[in-house]
Amino acid sequence: MTLTASESPAPPLPAPPPARRGAARRAWRTVSPYAYLAPFFTLFAAFGLFPLIYTAFVSLYRVELQTPGDMEWRGLGNYTALLADEYFWLSLRNTFTIGVLSTVPQLVMALGLAHLLNYRMRGRTFLRTAVLLPYATSVAAATLVFAQLFGRDFGLINYALGLVGIDPVDWQNGTVASQIAVSTVVIWRWTGYNALIYLAGMQSIPDELYEAAAMDGASRWRQFFHVTLPGLRPTILFTVIVSTIGATQLFGEPLLLEGSISGGISHQYQTLGLYMYEQGWGFFHLGRAAAIAWVMFLLIVVLVGLNALIARRRSRKEAGR
Amino acid sequence: MPIARAAATTTVRRAVARLGAVALTGALLAACGGASDGASTDGAGGGVTLTVDLFGSFGYKEAGLYAEYEKLHPGVTIKQTDTEDEADYWKSLQTRLAGGAGLADVQGIEVGRIASVTQQQSDRFEDLRKYGAETLKDQFAPAKWAAATGKGGEVLGLGTDVGPEAMCYRTDLFKQAGLPTDRTQLAEKWATWDGYLALGKQYKAKAPAKSAWLDSVGSLYSIMIGQQKERYYDASGKLIWEDNPALRTAWDHSVQAAQDGLSAKLDQWSPQWNQAFAAGSFATIPCPAWMLGYIKGQAGDTGKGKWDVAALPGGAGNWGGSYLSVPKAAKHKKEAYELIKWLTAPEQQTRLFEKQGNFPSATGAIAKVAAAKDPYFSGAPIGQIFGDAAKAAPVQVLGVHDQNIAQQITNALSEVERKGTSPEKAWSNAKKGVENTIG
Repeated sequence: MTLTASESPAPPLPAPPPARRGAARRAWRTVSPYAYLAPFFTLFAAFGLFPLIYTAFVSLYRVELQTPGDMEWRGLGNYTALLADEYFWLSLRNTFTIGVLSTVPQLVMALGLAHLLNYRMRGRTFLRTAVLLPYATSVAAATLVFAQLFGRDFGLINYALGLVGIDPVDWQNGTVASQIAVSTVVIWRWTGYNALIYLAGMQSIPDELYEAAAMDGASRWRQFFHVTLPGLRPTILFTVIVSTIGATQLFGEPLLLEGSISGGISHQYQTLGLYMYEQGWGFFHLGRAAAIAWVMFLLIVVLVGLNALIARRRSRKEAGR
Repeated sequence: MPIARAAATTTVRRAVARLGAVALTGALLAACGGASDGASTDGAGGGVTLTVDLFGSFGYKEAGLYAEYEKLHPGVTIKQTDTEDEADYWKSLQTRLAGGAGLADVQGIEVGRIASVTQQQSDRFEDLRKYGAETLKDQFAPAKWAAATGKGGEVLGLGTDVGPEAMCYRTDLFKQAGLPTDRTQLAEKWATWDGYLALGKQYKAKAPAKSAWLDSVGSLYSIMIGQQKERYYDASGKLIWEDNPALRTAWDHSVQAAQDGLSAKLDQWSPQWNQAFAAGSFATIPCPAWMLGYIKGQAGDTGKGKWDVAALPGGAGNWGGSYLSVPKAAKHKKEAYELIKWLTAPEQQTRLFEKQGNFPSATGAIAKVAAAKDPYFSGAPIGQIFGDAAKAAPVQVLGVHDQNIAQQITNALSEVERKGTSPEKAWSNAKKGVENTIG
């Protein structure tokens, strides 16, 4: 025993360079992923995590942009004030209604488009590229063009409505009308993007399923419902989550529709993102803006969690079937 | 006690605050950085690039003043950026001030914001006394000079123009509606605001299709409130707007105009408002002197000779006017001071008025422009009309939140105008809006 014990430290000695190189290599192998990931996480810490935490810190104070040196402790005061703030609830409601008005038609239309693009036809690649074009346009450019189209006095849409005898609609000041106008821009920009994602999902559905369904005499329509939709479920979940996050953060389109930070003269299309901007950069209440930012963040976390929960329950049900 | 806590950790907190402000403004800075990094071109051959950041229409470029300054000072290049809406401009200026970067060498300040500069931000702008500005004091109207002076006597900006008020109108539309077009006759008819609104009803009865009496009730309110000495604050700095009878009168008249359907329901500074200048959507627009340049820009050559200017109903008033300031974070402070000193000198102010209509705040220039006429506005004697208004205009009490309160009231008036909201409901909305703004 003692012999072996004294011998045991020996092996490292006679096997010098290869083993050491091996150890270094092994060490590098464990460390290198971290090294490769480090730039991302450093950047994330600086531009993601720090602002997040600092925003939470600011949200507990009364801070004005014009006098950022004087911070007055408010505790949760900024948050409780939001609960009593009529404009906050209004913007929350607007965010929800605009979210539904834009997300639902957008995803339904994207599904239909993807289904059509999935057919064998002439110029398919061109059409597939073309649906992505709106997504490549900048929000600012797109919204400014739509703002012109939706103009009350000189807009093309009201002109067209006039041809069929409908009175001009005040697209900026009407509550429903203005929300439809904002949603239209969102739908226009994102439908093609979602369609391409659905298309990618559709192509991973094996052809045999369709062939089998066709052999069973299922029409194209039934194939869509019974083969395509179930096969796309994970893709649909992804687009729903991404669209929910996008809808909760909606900002550029309502801001640029008429360049109003209050979302119209009576806040009729002010979203949460816009309300945060108005508080922070319109009225310079940085503390309140920070509180709104955190509420938005928590809201997104809850919504995404809810989505995931529903999805998991569904798949569990399916597995149990 | 927050005060005790603050005292204990002021330096730490200030450092954190600055860091935070930088983080919060990062995105905006990235967007603005490009405009102001003229530094890289400096030094080569002793050249200096001065950046000037303004809003609305100061008209320096249009009047050829930059070109002349560059000729007089070889090696100096002037680059101007311009935001149409002052509210947007102020927002981005505040963000850059908080971050302490991305600022131009010269920044324009609207008179409605100057109280915020002197009371809250005097440490972020250069005290121009450093460069000898106090010798310029006698050049300017006393009220104009005083408004840009901080508590410690620091001079934080040099006055550009003032905004004596008048009424601009379209003679061609007046003719079509069978109204007189002579400016003295009109001034008599609309000696009071009630007279102006009554004439509006006459216009409406016979007006060409799709043409309203005035552009928006917001601009009616703005021009009427400009006739008051005290508006939102009293001289002691107390908020008085809710109980201010003068403000209520302006409100009531604007509501009346909205309910009588006299306005084209436009939003000032919006693209639609801009389009309406050329389209003839309205026959009159309350116009401070600086609006003349704006009208020329929007209505273009086709509007030449169709417009005219008459004295304002209800007496003289002042709406707007600006200052030029040099931020502490400017790259070329001394050169910037030389530039704003030249731009605000009486000779340049005179020329600016003759070309663009911006009325001088330099006392020496006011006498010089008395005879000025503007061919674009049917040869109206603008020197005399605006000069009389400037002499009689009240010295206004300025407050930190003037612009924001005005915006909330204008929004509420627009609700009456465009959505048929009851005036009582709109007034309570304005109250809520103001609380939200200041709160």
